[in-house]
Amino acid sequence: MARLTLWRWGVLGLAGLYFLVPLAASVVFTVDVPGQGVTFDAYTQIFSTDGFTSSLLLSLELAAATIAVVLLLMVPAMVALRLGAPRLRPVVEVVCSLPLVVPPIAFVAGIGTVLKWGPEHLSRTPLFQTFVAIQNPDFPFVLVLAYVVMALPFVYRALDAGLRAVDVRTLVEAARSCGAGWPQALVQAVLPNLRGALLNASFLTLALVLGEFTVAQLLGFQPFAVWIVNVSGSQAQLSVAVSVLSLLVTWVLLLALAGAGGRTRTASRG
Amino acid sequence: MTATAVRVDSAPAAAVKRRRRSLGWLAVVPLLAFTALAFGLPALAMLDGAFTAKDPATGATSYTTGNLTASLQGAYLTALLGSVKLSAVSAALGVLLGLPLAQAVVTSRFRALREAVLTASGVLANFGGVPLAFAFVATLGNAGVLTRHLGLADQGWDLYSFWGLVIVYLYFLIPLMVLTITPALEGLRTQWREAAQNNGATPVQYWRHVALPVLLPSLLGGLVLLFGSAFAAYATAAAMVGSSIPLVTLQIADAISGNVLVGQENVALALSLDMVLVAGLVMAVYLPLQRRSARWLA
Repeated sequence: MARLTLWRWGVLGLAGLYFLVPLAASVVFTVDVPGQGVTFDAYTQIFSTDGFTSSLLLSLELAAATIAVVLLLMVPAMVALRLGAPRLRPVVEVVCSLPLVVPPIAFVAGIGTVLKWGPEHLSRTPLFQTFVAIQNPDFPFVLVLAYVVMALPFVYRALDAGLRAVDVRTLVEAARSCGAGWPQALVQAVLPNLRGALLNASFLTLALVLGEFTVAQLLGFQPFAVWIVNVSGSQAQLSVAVSVLSLLVTWVLLLALAGAGGRTRTASRG
Repeated sequence: MTATAVRVDSAPAAAVKRRRRSLGWLAVVPLLAFTALAFGLPALAMLDGAFTAKDPATGATSYTTGNLTASLQGAYLTALLGSVKLSAVSAALGVLLGLPLAQAVVTSRFRALREAVLTASGVLANFGGVPLAFAFVATLGNAGVLTRHLGLADQGWDLYSFWGLVIVYLYFLIPLMVLTITPALEGLRTQWREAAQNNGATPVQYWRHVALPVLLPSLLGGLVLLFGSAFAAYATAAAMVGSSIPLVTLQIADAISGNVLVGQENVALALSLDMVLVAGLVMAVYLPLQRRSARWLA
């Protein structure tokens, strides 16, 4: 048994080394500038650097919109699958897994092609205005569309795990026989029981949108992750500082969620 | 008598069922319509573009397999093979290193440690990307902390090389492996180990004849999943190496943004199609394996 414990600590120690050294080294990199000694400029500069606030705000707005759209689409559908349309279940499962088969870079190549149809074929039709509107650089709604698609597999798994623990049918029937209408039964009986799963799905989507780089960069918008890369050329220390902070913040957020709901793991399982 | 009673009871029940079914359809249709628009349309556009060629002189378009052929030749083929090689090596290493770590975490008695490791795995496996690249540039890059203090540059170390990328990729592949294999390891019953021990098996024999065969589908599934994840990775490589290493994702990005040659957009779409085919193959192998491993873990 002692040998086994030793082996376990050896593995955990090596893993800890591999995973913590880059983080620690990054922190050292940001505060120990060659020729300047120890300085915290990289951290104090973050807020005053051009583009930080606007790109972070843009990312947060995109995340809020994505979470709202994906939950509005998925929650009724997933509840309905449990209640009255079990035959649609495989269809929804496949639809929500399809984004896994199309890598983000291939997806954005497709989106770029569709967006080019706007000026090429549709410039005389009212649809053209829509194409322009969803590419407004202040709030590119086309990114929300892409992110909702990319979040579908995560949200599906999170909601599926949550619904598995709840007997939706009994809940709804109980609420209905107490005189509640369909919307009331859904909002007041089912949703409170899904709080953990909803939170989980929201946080996973938030983390996805905050870290997303591929689609935004290739469509030419500048949310948070793209800004970090753009600023790295001139201010290496700053970009590393922001990177480490964003990783840690995401981790702490998800850890807090795991503590609160205890469901993060089931949702993340591949 | 009984028959009529049943019929009287079932009539309203059937009506309720029908209403429920129509409500169910009503709730699922927006989701399907949305995915058809936001996912189906770009996918079809990609497929169409991959087989379309545009004559630069006349502007006329015609269907051709030329793009696909071009995407499997020269620099593009090198990039495709480079991606496959990088993904295969890192996926294999990820499985070999992730399994002992997952086993150590699963058998640990500290709940807090398990939660912290598994949550961190979730973050690193899915949302690393750009921050990850910069953490490694700061650590092992040309001016990185370890490179400077340990004098690695003199020993020929270069982060922006094949093995440099493997080390960075493992940073999100090992966590992905831990997440994938943990349920399978949790499904290994203590009774199996005890039964093997009672029959006089050594730990090695237990792993060789009991645990590994049960884990095999999950391990292979993990391998395929890791391969797919490494194959599709773009942000890490783009933020780190630019295009100094031939990778298919970097080639697509270059072709889309017209960095190298103008008019390569359709080849980019053909390359994307190649990627989708590989990813589809990955899923086609992964899903049956996952179903098979679920049989033991029920």
